[in-house]
Amino acid sequence: MSKKTLIFGYLVLLFFLHQDSWLKNDGTLVMGFLPATLAYHMAFVVAATLGWLLVVKFAWPDGLESEPASENSGEEAADS
Amino acid sequence: MTQVVIICVYLVLLIGLGVVSKRFFRGGSADFFVASRSIGPFVLFMSVFGTTMTAFAMVGSTGEAFNVGVATFGKMASSSALVHSATFFLIGLRLWSLGKRNGYMTQIELFRDRFESSGLGYLLFPILVGLIIPYLLVGLMGAGSVIGGVTRGAFPEVFASTGGAVPPWLTSLVICAVVLSYIFMGGVRSAAWANTFQTLVFMAMGVLAFVLISAKLGGFSAASEMADSAKAVRVGNITELQFFTYLFIPLSVGMFPHLFQNFLTSKSSKNFKFMLIAHPLSIMVTWIPCILIGYWATGAFMPGTETPIIPPGTSPNAVLGIMIAKLSTPVIAGLVGAGVLAAIMSSLDSQFVSVGTMFTRDIVAHSFGKDRFSDTTMVWLARGFITFIVIVTFLFTLAEPRSVFTLGIWCFSGYAALFPLVFAAIYWKRATKIGAYACVLATAICWFLLFKASGYGSNGAYTVGGMMPVVAMFATCAITLLVVSLATKAPSENTLKKFFPIS
Repeated sequence: MSKKTLIFGYLVLLFFLHQDSWLKNDGTLVMGFLPATLAYHMAFVVAATLGWLLVVKFAWPDGLESEPASENSGEEAADS
Repeated sequence: MTQVVIICVYLVLLIGLGVVSKRFFRGGSADFFVASRSIGPFVLFMSVFGTTMTAFAMVGSTGEAFNVGVATFGKMASSSALVHSATFFLIGLRLWSLGKRNGYMTQIELFRDRFESSGLGYLLFPILVGLIIPYLLVGLMGAGSVIGGVTRGAFPEVFASTGGAVPPWLTSLVICAVVLSYIFMGGVRSAAWANTFQTLVFMAMGVLAFVLISAKLGGFSAASEMADSAKAVRVGNITELQFFTYLFIPLSVGMFPHLFQNFLTSKSSKNFKFMLIAHPLSIMVTWIPCILIGYWATGAFMPGTETPIIPPGTSPNAVLGIMIAKLSTPVIAGLVGAGVLAAIMSSLDSQFVSVGTMFTRDIVAHSFGKDRFSDTTMVWLARGFITFIVIVTFLFTLAEPRSVFTLGIWCFSGYAALFPLVFAAIYWKRATKIGAYACVLATAICWFLLFKASGYGSNGAYTVGGMMPVVAMFATCAITLLVVSLATKAPSENTLKKFFPIS
């Protein structure tokens, strides 16, 4: 399995882990002040940041820096 | 009075920033609208982040946490941490690349070109601008609420009807004037610079307010123990289906006209890398203080008394302002008030520039020919249209107030519902002109009918089959585009080569 597949798989997994149903009725205060679901979603943000860091390092697309065609090509095509 | 002086000094500083950026203004419309595509990674991130975080993120999130608890962070902020960056990566990068290659300055130019239709632009223009108006309203209403809260009692004789607070209409008027002045001086470059400065200010002031308020309440633990425990969980505040379907709403960033324009200011695609990583963490730094302040407000009493800090029946929009005013000094209230205004103005400026750009490029230049008016005239036309939209929005602020959070959700839902259009435009060759027309019309009708059914946003708990209304709108857009495109003639080979050059 390629690095790209693993990284994008990790991001898809995060999408499903966003739904923390197991904490929906847990009123525990983590560290004495953070409600459990809030602490979980803070950790989720850190996990998402890690995912995007991996994308930037290992899965950045090529071929985006192409030269401009012509400044008004958009308008010309739409007018035609 | 002290807080008003601090806020005024901050506003003067912003105008000064506009004067400085004017010295860098190269005079042409390309510089006014996309800063000659010269913006680097840090300013790009700060301007995109500052634009995305508005009154919704500070005033709205505090009020919503006060109303329905800490689930507010999961339903809008942590979901955005994942979905916003995904949208910047999947949509933003491609739009930047296509915009640079083909010289687009607005979304509509891209859609007209991709779907080979001039008329599609005339259909999209009122919808995109129409959806910006509630977004602007969110900012102006939020500003009015917070400044009203932090200045309560400051002018008992001048503003007797508001308990001595600066009235919302005056706050709206002043911040519109300040934002207009600095963007008129330097266009999108001014907006990007001001956003960078203001984003730093509102993040720092949010943390400052959080630390000081928690100290006044006896520390983090004491503040949380005082709070209503029912607001620490999701059960009873939001259903699981609602929570899940909130995930659709952050897709709106793929269709925000002002973000499209922010993307195009970037010098290089590599500038997006920093944004992808910094955006989620910055969302957390901005939202967590506000969510906890809103949560603590549910049970907080004035120190040493039995008096609740938030009186029963208080508007959720006012919670942040009241917490700051009652639990800090006038100096801190002034600084935090300026920070909240920073968050609001950092969105308003990009939105103002964006509507001006769309009007001049997509309506005036497209209808009358790009050579009909000089570059200077085009910039003045943009300024005129921006002023018109600001006046319309200001008049709306005088009408019956809505919850900042609810109004924001309806606005974002409209943009998120159109996400399939931009996704198909750049990833699906078979998406056609008639499919685009049909999906835009169907989505607009669906949005309006649901908005009407919710009492024009007055019913904040309105759902469709237990789901957020955005799901019905999104499905309408996606299904209509898919079915109609497959049933109609495919785009020309020339267009496909232009938009899908590799495959």
